[in-house]
Amino acid sequence: MKRLHFKAALLSLAVVVALTGLLLGVRLEQQGTSLSLSGATPDVLWKMAGAGLFIFLFNLLRDWIDAARGRLPALPGVPGGISQLSELVAVRRLFWCFVIAAAIVFPFFANRGAIDLATLVLIYVMLGLGLNIVVGLAGLLDLGYVGFYAVGAYSYALLAMYFQVGFWTGLVAAGALAALFGFLLGFPVLRLRGDYLAIVTLGFGEIIRILLNNMTWLTNGPNGIGGIDKPTLFGLEFNRRAAEGAQTFHEFFGIAFNTNHRVMFLYLLALALVLATLFVINRLLRMPLGRAWEAMREDEIACRALGLNPTHIKLTAFTIGATFAGFAGCFFAARQGFISPESFTFIESAIILAIVVLGGMGSQLGVILAAIVMTVLPELAREFNEYRMLLFGLLMVVMMIWRPQGLLPMKRPHLELRT
Amino acid sequence: MTEPLYYFIQQLLNGLTVGSTYALIAIGYTMVYGIIGMINFAHGEVYMIGSYIAFIVLAALALLGLDSLALMLIGAFAISMIVTSAYGFSIERVAYRPLRGGNRLIPLISAIGMSIFLQNVVRLAQGSRDIAMPSLITGGWSIGPEEGFHATLSYMQLVIFIVTFITMTALTLFISRSRMGRACRACAEDIKMTNLLGINTNNVIALTFVIGAALAAVAGVLLSLYYGVINPYIGFMAGLKAFTAAVLGGIGSIPGAVLGGLLLGVTEAITAGYFSTEYKDVVAFSLLILILLFRPTGILGRPEVEKV
Repeated sequence: MKRLHFKAALLSLAVVVALTGLLLGVRLEQQGTSLSLSGATPDVLWKMAGAGLFIFLFNLLRDWIDAARGRLPALPGVPGGISQLSELVAVRRLFWCFVIAAAIVFPFFANRGAIDLATLVLIYVMLGLGLNIVVGLAGLLDLGYVGFYAVGAYSYALLAMYFQVGFWTGLVAAGALAALFGFLLGFPVLRLRGDYLAIVTLGFGEIIRILLNNMTWLTNGPNGIGGIDKPTLFGLEFNRRAAEGAQTFHEFFGIAFNTNHRVMFLYLLALALVLATLFVINRLLRMPLGRAWEAMREDEIACRALGLNPTHIKLTAFTIGATFAGFAGCFFAARQGFISPESFTFIESAIILAIVVLGGMGSQLGVILAAIVMTVLPELAREFNEYRMLLFGLLMVVMMIWRPQGLLPMKRPHLELRT
Repeated sequence: MTEPLYYFIQQLLNGLTVGSTYALIAIGYTMVYGIIGMINFAHGEVYMIGSYIAFIVLAALALLGLDSLALMLIGAFAISMIVTSAYGFSIERVAYRPLRGGNRLIPLISAIGMSIFLQNVVRLAQGSRDIAMPSLITGGWSIGPEEGFHATLSYMQLVIFIVTFITMTALTLFISRSRMGRACRACAEDIKMTNLLGINTNNVIALTFVIGAALAAVAGVLLSLYYGVINPYIGFMAGLKAFTAAVLGGIGSIPGAVLGGLLLGVTEAITAGYFSTEYKDVVAFSLLILILLFRPTGILGRPEVEKV
């Protein structure tokens, strides 16, 4: 029975009017100490009317729309041959080798801006992979991941500032300190249920940021820390002139000085860090520990019944995830040469989380692709920059409704009981 | 001699003022959690939208020349509550209803997306700068000696106490006496059973979101008048604080949310008054972590039994 849903349509129209009428239709203007109002541009008003009309018609003709949707042909799936081919270990290995080789030769053919962007992508890949351990594999929603990133960045920056520590020592120290923070935070909170954990970690991220902002005597507060040393290659610097007692890269190899060398070096360094991260995670996944993470995500009670200690397992996931954030933070500090608490807001956590979610929780290839999409798209669509966060929030909602398992969900050979 | 005493009373009053608005927002979290067991992450943004609507209404009334105080207040409350109710309703429809019954993390992530979306809608529509308004209600009573140091209870604070009290009473009556209130309580007990008994639980869930949003609007109007400054980012912190309050009191329990809100407000005010303003947020979150450590069910919460 198809009929017109007049009541529902009118109700939803009223809701749209209430939602948009005042908030979008009128704009507050500050005039001295008092406020005045100005109407929205006709453009916005037309959009509002369009949205209202769309919702009205959608609800009015719901039965017809549902029927039409049922008649739509299903999207063609991937042909069987290809999916079988991708299951082959040799093919997969070849694919990865190809990807890695392409990533290594990339900086020698690309321009400086592209390499810079690619380095940024790699930082996000590293963060995404780290958070993927916590969220995707262990199933713990961590909304304060950026806190560990900040710990890593500030560890290196502070050590470099006060003790003139170099990048490589700093990298180890940053990882260790972030791991320590992860351990200390994880110890009390990991006994909590999932959604509590989300909020506590969120609070933790905020605490870190507030502390960095306010401990001016140590961190220079909102002004941030500048002049952080760039990484060196076995003690070779990438400057025109070497510092006291050091040698520069171009002098050592007897080539002309080129500022691109440093950009390329930073890119390759980031790539090496990402590959190391991937390697470590893939090894961990085959260990009992990695299997326990996934088991814990699927069914905690069953795990406990099998004698696994949930707190220990979650704690390792949390700590290892934090360590990678620490590495990424250290690299970020070295690359930028300047850090301030501004770089470590909640939005950053949300972006990293979105990378994991978009890619498909637990899937590493998915995380890498999502990191590329999330970083490159805003660069390409500069004119939409203002709408970036808006679209980003919308994307998160739509993805959860449409494909909660992500674009490339992790596939595992598995059997399911039919009930 | 009595100066420290009056200073303390002042901090206490400030804390209770802010705390009662936290309580109003926290009720929204606690009711939604009590019924569907999910955290409405976008709730803080609803509060922020409530503040914006209040400012818009107040500015509009002032432009029209209707500047009687009672009219302005009633107008701001009424319109702000209507608009945020629509937001609460839509949030439930878009970000929660399609995802009910799956993995618990999925609605939480979609709600985070919703929260970012709403924040940016307001930022794009209204600008990201602070918007300030001269205070509507000025003056107050002094407690203690007229000369020298004394505590002040401003009329604005009094209005906050009175409005919060009226709202809470109305809510309590609604929950305990009305038919819909009974349905809400039944849903909190056992949602499947309630459904079997012929109650449209979808409506009840929508209603909880709407009530929560309307209460957040009340808090939004009150706090924006009290501080006099708003921007699109106030919702994040307020939401986080209110959630802390809800957990502190025991999530799922309405009296708990009120108690938690007041306690958090006072703790913050005392930290700000005796130590430093910058660290009051740190203290609030540390309090949250400590509570979850030693009493995960909160002050008035019931222990939850884990079922397979």
